[in-house]
Amino acid sequence: MSKEGNNLSEVDILEAPNILEYPYSRSTGPVIGEFMTKLRDGKIVGARTKSGKVIVPPTEYDPFTSEDIDGLVPVSTSGVITSWAWVVSPSEKHPLSEPFAWALIKLDGADSSMLHCVRAPSSTSVATGKRVKAKFRSQREGHIKDIEFFEIEEAANG
Amino acid sequence: MADVEQSEIDPNAPVTKISTPIELKYHFTAGRAASRFMRGLMKKKILGQRCPSCLKVYVPPRGSCASCGVPTEEEVELPPKGIVTTYCIVNVPFYGQKIKIPYVTGTILIDGADIGFMHLLQEVEAEEVRMGMRVEAVWQDDSEMVPGLESIKYFRPTGEEDAPFEEYKEYV
Repeated sequence: MSKEGNNLSEVDILEAPNILEYPYSRSTGPVIGEFMTKLRDGKIVGARTKSGKVIVPPTEYDPFTSEDIDGLVPVSTSGVITSWAWVVSPSEKHPLSEPFAWALIKLDGADSSMLHCVRAPSSTSVATGKRVKAKFRSQREGHIKDIEFFEIEEAANG
Repeated sequence: MADVEQSEIDPNAPVTKISTPIELKYHFTAGRAASRFMRGLMKKKILGQRCPSCLKVYVPPRGSCASCGVPTEEEVELPPKGIVTTYCIVNVPFYGQKIKIPYVTGTILIDGADIGFMHLLQEVEAEEVRMGMRVEAVWQDDSEMVPGLESIKYFRPTGEEDAPFEEYKEYV
């Protein structure tokens, strides 16, 4: 093979987008299924454990003792931010297109925190301890996205 | 998708299924060796590279020899013919399937190559495919040629005598 005809460094490098897609559909099981069904109704339920704690989103068993849960109970659609992180540049897949916060939210009546997004005008309006309320979509289908986002509750008494 | 199916049945039925599609967006860069290989395919050429140390010929070439750890710079043109070393009969329908089942994909060891690559086998009944079967590439129509293995439509049997196992046992 001639050296001239075989100059490997002079080749144009090929590039292309490569998109992998997995159209997964998951079975919810009875507990998450009920959680999703209630979200469709614009409500939030948690799992009550035998020790009386309420886990949101509900689990099929007590995460501390592994015992079966005692059933599902309604909790409030409002709660308190327990932890959060500000997203400066949301990606295409993020729930909101403008900057927002991912937050752990402890709903009133719950003993655990749930991850969701908080819409706020800026990061300075988000803080641990701030009260937030779920904003449900008008068209709901039984999915965590039925909650469009949480928004900061106006402080009634300052 | 699944949400739609579910609500079409009964919008008030309890939720038992959720759709959780995953999309991974990559930008693939082929590198020098594979780029030459893919451009070669567009000209109906199969281009490999020989390792200067162990003399093995890689198709598709990756630009280096994985066992010797050296660059592979010598280009080798190989014929569009080879043998089936191993194969798999696909009987399972799946999302996005383009070929009628059952069909066969095989590892094709091109004559003169030391590594096989996977491709489709056609113009043969699934149950007739066997190890050592001699096959040749069927190229796409000129208008359909792309810089990739899709330029080979599929491999089909040549009708020549099977290669004896001794000839390819190292490659199985």
